[in-house]
Order: sequence, then structure tokens, then C-alpha cells
Amino acid sequence: MILSINNVEVTFRVGPWFNRQPILGVAGVSFDVAPGETFALVGESGSGKTTLANAINGLQSISNGDVTFLGERIDTTSQRNMKPLRQQMAMMFQDPVGSLSPRMRVGDLVAEPFHIHKIKANIKEETERLLSLVGLSGDFANRYPHQLSGGQARRVGVARAIALNPKLIIADEPTAGLDVSVQGEVLNLLNDLRERMDLAMIIITHNLHVVHHVADRMAVMYLGRIVELGETESMFRAPAHPYTAALLSANPEPDPDKAKERISLPAEVPSLLARPSGCEFHTRCPWVQSRCKSDQPFANGEVRNIACHYPLSPGDKLPVKQSSI
Amino acid sequence: MSEAVSKLYKALRRILAEPMGAFGVALVVLMVFGAVFADILATAEPSDISPRDRFQGPSITHLLGTDHLGRDLFSRVLHGGRIALSVALFSIAASLVIGVVLGLIAGYGPRWLDNLMILVFDALKSFPTVMLALALVTLFGPSLTAVVVVVILVNVPGYARIIRTQTLALKSAQFVSAAQSMGAGTTRILRAHILPNVIGPLLILASMDIPVVIAIEAGMSFLGLGVRPPTPSWGAILNDGFAAIRDTPWIAVAGGLPIIVTTLGFTFLGETLRDVFDPRLKVR
Amino acid sequence: MNILEIQNLNVTFDTEDGQLRALRDVSFNVPEHRIVGIVGESGCGKSTLINSILGLLADNGQVEKGKILFEGQNLTELNSSQLRELRGVRISTVFQDPMGALNPVISVGTQMLHIQYRSSLSKSEKLDNAAEMLRRVRIPDRESALTRYPHEFSGGMKQRIAIAMAMMMEPALLIADEPTTALDATLEVATIELLQDLQQQIGCSVLFISHHLGVIAELCDDVVVMYAGEVVERGTTRQIFYRPMHPYTERLLQCDPAGQSERTRHLPTIPGEIPDLRLRTPGCIFAARCHCREDICDSTPPEVEIEGQSARCHRLVA
Repeated sequence: MILSINNVEVTFRVGPWFNRQPILGVAGVSFDVAPGETFALVGESGSGKTTLANAINGLQSISNGDVTFLGERIDTTSQRNMKPLRQQMAMMFQDPVGSLSPRMRVGDLVAEPFHIHKIKANIKEETERLLSLVGLSGDFANRYPHQLSGGQARRVGVARAIALNPKLIIADEPTAGLDVSVQGEVLNLLNDLRERMDLAMIIITHNLHVVHHVADRMAVMYLGRIVELGETESMFRAPAHPYTAALLSANPEPDPDKAKERISLPAEVPSLLARPSGCEFHTRCPWVQSRCKSDQPFANGEVRNIACHYPLSPGDKLPVKQSSI
Repeated sequence: MSEAVSKLYKALRRILAEPMGAFGVALVVLMVFGAVFADILATAEPSDISPRDRFQGPSITHLLGTDHLGRDLFSRVLHGGRIALSVALFSIAASLVIGVVLGLIAGYGPRWLDNLMILVFDALKSFPTVMLALALVTLFGPSLTAVVVVVILVNVPGYARIIRTQTLALKSAQFVSAAQSMGAGTTRILRAHILPNVIGPLLILASMDIPVVIAIEAGMSFLGLGVRPPTPSWGAILNDGFAAIRDTPWIAVAGGLPIIVTTLGFTFLGETLRDVFDPRLKVR
Repeated sequence: MNILEIQNLNVTFDTEDGQLRALRDVSFNVPEHRIVGIVGESGCGKSTLINSILGLLADNGQVEKGKILFEGQNLTELNSSQLRELRGVRISTVFQDPMGALNPVISVGTQMLHIQYRSSLSKSEKLDNAAEMLRRVRIPDRESALTRYPHEFSGGMKQRIAIAMAMMMEPALLIADEPTTALDATLEVATIELLQDLQQQIGCSVLFISHHLGVIAELCDDVVVMYAGEVVERGTTRQIFYRPMHPYTERLLQCDPAGQSERTRHLPTIPGEIPDLRLRTPGCIFAARCHCREDICDSTPPEVEIEGQSARCHRLVA
């Protein structure tokens, strides 16, 4: 395993100084990532996926659990010892243009990892090589981020991420804000590089269609917990957790006549300040039973982890609302 | 390099396109030209006393007349401009350096340090300039150093606050997080990622402070708290002129006119700079 | 009858580097009681189109040619106060960010009262109207919701309140600019269904702008496909999604990862970039990226219409 995270919790403190309340942003998350694997973290906003990514990256300190990367505990290591590990782990942030320093040229942006880690190299040559690797011509080196389209900026981000041959790339919403015709380009590029460089990737996204095509395994997060984890294909075929099933059914498809069998959920997501008792999804679950309100289910299973007392099986009839268009 | 030159050229064209900007540039160029070439342009040594020529009106030999010691006012005004300009540039530059460094520390550093620094800035700011000047003069005696220190103390808190606010806003920007995730240290983040994005508006504001500094220098010299005689200063000339304003008004004019002209020039230039490059700061 | 008719609309912007042709010969209709979707990627001119309809073009932009007929009245000829009379009453808007429509320091109820300032009803009747509107957008606990402030609601609720406010005066046309883009999938679906219900109850027309093909397919009756400031194709939703005529529409549908039911590691793309609108050459706007480009594409393509579906492409002539 290249990365193992075990029972990770992230706590934020909110409120005025005389009444600080702890809230759990990430609540006991565990998973492993194998070399060369693409792992997807899926969830809606506020589900804690970005916080978790920052915790893995060491930008966010964790309050419990451990994160092991390449055999080293990165949650307890000092900033000084963390620096060499950062060469092996690259992070791509959500906003393609916003994650590039606005007053730096593309050439300098791509060369930055070399400067930070004081790596002796022919920087000009390396930048050109990296830019051509992501399909940008050498003239781009002189441009500023605001002169790039979203897709081009994303490519620059990718070039910078792979600059030092990392083992793991964490990509937060790599296709967010990109046009449909460009999303494929970026995903194909990441996939080519993954094959060529034997990269492991963690992709964080709310776009399930993207997950379907790129991820080997996926984990669905709800209120900072993983509710279901397993092989992507089998989860798309037969979601077991009601929340996964609802998310999959809520995915509008570009087919006007396709009958949409939808699981409609009450729109109100509980606040992290007042987590529901028992199963935290019970306030919105269409299959809720009395046990769900008191007992908290824990993930179990070897291949598929499901945190649910009454998981769905493939033949189950869904309590759906037929929408006709 | 050539790109920088063409950028500068473009900027100049935009400034000159505004009537106020063109007027400002003209006045500032006139003033800088006079200050730089004071040695060549001056018709006499600025501090040469010639009791025979006291209180002479403007003439061909003495373009602006002479003062109570018979010194050539035209030459004194030129050399006074040199003093005014160098005091202004030096003290603004020093305020900028100190203000930027303190602002970056306050904005990026821990919360308690930020609070402490803000407290100190506010305390400094609440001090009236005149009181500050008097206190410093009693410490150092009347001198150019006193003028410079007063200007720095007056300007630094404001500059630091501007930088601090913007640094705070950028601290959580994605490109800063990206730099952190690559392993960049604090110095690198501040220098390469934050500074270039916060310095622009401050430079424009600082350019608008130049006339204020020139006025402070002239004011302190007028009160005898600044430049020591016989060094020429516009404030000192104005003071000399005041003593004899009924009989020889040209002395006061010689001291006052350049102050007005330069202040006006720099103010127009600064305001045009602001309107052209940072419309957000424009007061409507 | 058409609520909105856009005829040959041309909009240009004066920029430092020359004139930018943001919209070229844009024509389409929004018929009564129908939801018309506009699909297009960044730079296709969606925002310019909305701003032209609302009369909110930036100072350096101007309608060079063409008409915007709203209920038979040419909006390009109205002055700003006449346009203000229409906005928010006959034409209302919902944007991607609901906070753009909500005033953060005024309670929701008061804001909903303000919208009805022209009405002669009493204050309590107006409040009843507001509560009724909140019921229609499924806001729970309506009486207390009226006294609360926008920030006290979640993102999905804020968007529904913004929709309630837009529908308050029962407009003839609702312009919805990517109203679901910032929402999560489950909320997105709920918002679409809500818009559909309200549109039927009130009987207005909707101009729905989105880059999300799935949402368009689900919600709209007709679709207008825009590319680089031109309408390249328009037709009914079924026509566009099942029988696209323009190569761009065809490729766009193929690119959507949602369109592939089979899992694939290699997704189709449209190579190239959108053209620079300041250097507009004659010929087909999509030619540079088109997979079936021929020499004839250097001349302006004809508008071909088949059974109410029309596209601008030479290929269709043969």
C-alpha cells in the first residue's frame, strides 16, 4: 500500500472564544490506496472530502487516527521531514486558474517544484518537456494564468503536479469548471500519465459520471464518514447503501426519453453541529427503520464496506418517484 | 526586458491620455529636471552670502530676486527642490520597505502577533503628526533625520495595514495552498506568491503620499524643526519671506510657489495612476 | 405565439485590442408555455445574450443589428426606465448564485413585500402571497422563514427562495442562468422538478441556460445550441439529443462522460480552442475544430431547416 489512512478524524472549533464548539469535519475514515490505483472520493458539498484530502496532504492537522504514506507517518512528522515526502505526493486544487499564482508566468509555475526542493536540473529544458507532456507548446511558458482557458490552466496544474515524478496525485475536482469538451481531455491526460508513470491517484469529485470512467475503487462520503466503499463497477451496478443509490439515481443523463427512476431525498442535510443519532443518514433515508435511529452502523465487509443496517440487494424494489418527461 | 519597456510605454500613454495626468507629468518632470540639474541651472552658489545684494527684486542676474542675506533665490529654490525630492523619495521608500515587511508578518503570522501589531499601529496612528515631530526634534535636534523619521512613523502603520489586510485575504487562496502543498516555505510564499499580488495598490497610494511628505518637510523647515540653515529648503525660504512679506513679497512667492506646483503635480499624477491602474480605489 | 423572439441579433464590444463580435446573427424563439434550453460552453455568448435581453450590456457593448421582441415589443428600442418596468415584473431572472438576488441584510419576508410594491393589496395580503409562494417552492415552516435572513438558509433553500421571488409577480418569461450549477446532484434534481412544476402552475415560458446536457435533456422542450457567439443548431430536445444535425452538437453529446454508458478509460474530446472573436473570418465558426471540414467551409454556411430543426452547416445541403 502506498497510502493507508486509518480512523482519521478532523475536528474544527467554531463559535466565540468563550463557547468553542468542536465539530467533526471528518469522522473516522479509513482506506488504503495501492500503487497505480485510482481511488475516488465521492460526496456532496460539506461531506468532508476536501478536508480529508488536506489532512492526507498535511495541510490540515488531524485530531485522531493516522495517515501513513510510503511507510512514514505523515500526521506526526515535522514540517522539515514532511518536505521530502511532498515530492512524492502532488496535490491539484479545485480552481484551475485560481490555484496558479496570478503574477507568475507558466514557465515559472511549472519550474517551481524544482526551486522549492532545490533540485539541480536544466530548468528550461524540464519545463519544456513537462509542458509538451501535457500537450502545451513552449510559447505557453511566457503566459500568465489569466491568459489561459480553464482547460489550459488545468494542464499547467497537471504539469506542475507531475514535475518531480510523484507516486501519488490527489486531484480535487479535476474537471470542475471545465467545459464538457475539455473534461475528457484532462481525464485522458491524467489517465495516460497514470499508466506511463505508474501513478496512484485520489480523485475527489461530486461528478459520478467521471468516477465511473476513471476510478478503480470509490468511497461515498456523507457527513464526514464513508458510508460505502468498493469497486467502482460493482457499486454502479448494485449500490448497497441507500445514499449511494440515491446519488446514482439523481444523476441527470443526456437522454430526454429515458425513464428516470428517482429516489427523492428530503433536501435538508443535517448540520455537522447536530449530528443525527444512530445512523446519520436516517433523517433522509427512504427505508428508515426504528433501529436506524438509535444504533450507529459500522462499515463491514471485505471487498465492499457498507455502513448500513439494512443494505440494499440488487433485486430490491426502490421506493421511487417516476418522473415522466 | 523589451517587454517591460513596452509595458512602461503603454502605461505612460494611458496616463498622458488623461488631461489631468498630462498636466501632472509636466509639473513633475519640470520639478525633477530642476532638482537633478540644479548644479548646472543654478546661476549662483545657493549659500553664498552677499550683503550688498540684500532684498533685490527679480532681475536678469537674480531671476527670483535675493533674500535678506543676499542669496540668489532661484538657485536656492532649485537646490531646495533637490532636498525636498530626496527626502520624499528616501522616506517613502523606507516606509514602504518597513510597512510591507511588517504587514506581511502581521497578515501571515499567528493571530496573537497580528493583534499585537495592529495595537501598536493604531497607537502610532492616534498620535498627531505635529506632536510626533516636536517629540522627535527634542530627541534628535532639528535635522533632516528628524523629518525622515517623522515621515516613516506617520506612514508605516497605514502601509502595513493595507498589506496586512490583503495578505489575510490571500492567505487562504488556492494558489497559496498549492504552494504549501508543494513544500514551499513561509519566506518563499510571502516573497513569490503574496508580495507581487499585494504591492500594486500600495505603490499607487505611496506615490500620492509624495506631495504630503514634501509638505511635511517644508512645514517642519518653516518651523525650524527640519533642515538647518544655511542648507536651502522651500520651507525655510518661505519662513524668510514671511519675516519681510510687506516689503519684499517675492521671497515668500519663491518659497511657496514650488511647494504648490510640486504638490499639485504629484497629486494629479498619483490620482491619474490610481484611476488608470486601480479603478477599485477610485472615490466616487 | 412567441413570448420572446430574437431576430438576427448582433452584439459587439469595443476592446483595447479591437472590436469583439460577441453575438453574430443570433435568432431563436421562446414560445408560450415552453422551456427553451440554451447549451453552450464558455465563451459561446450566453451571458452576453442574457444581458442584451435585460438591457444590461456593459458600457463598451452595443446591439449593432437585430431585434429582441418581447411580447411583440422591441426591447432594443426601449429606454432604461421602460426596461426597468419590465425587469422583475414581466421578465424575471434566477442566477447561479442566489445571493445575487437576495439582499443579505433584509429579511426574506420584507424582500418579498418589496417585490410587490406595485400591487394595491394590503400588507397582510402581500405577506399571505409571500407565504403562499414559499409553500410552492416547498420551504418548510413558512411563517418563521419570512422573518429570517438569507444567510440562515442552506444553499439549496436560498436558490428556492430566489426562485420564489422571481416567480412572485407571475412573469411571462423566466430567465434561469445556470441555476443548478452550484448545487449538489440531489438538490439539482429537486430544483429542476420544482422549476417544472412552477412553470406549469404559472404558465410562463422559461429560458434556461446551462452547460449541463443532462439537466437540459430532462427539463427543456426546445434546445438552442450556441458556439462562439452563434446559434449553430436549434430544435426540439428530442431532435437535438437523438438526431443532431450540426457536427458541434454531435461531438458535444459524444464528449459528455454521462453519455457513455460503457465504462471507458479514454473519453472523446473536441480538439482545439474556440476562435478569437476579435479576428472573425468568414466561413463556418466551427470549421477549425470540425471533423468533417471541407474547402467549402471557408464560405459562410447556410441555415438549413428540416422539420423545425435547423442548423448552420454546409454538410446538410448535399
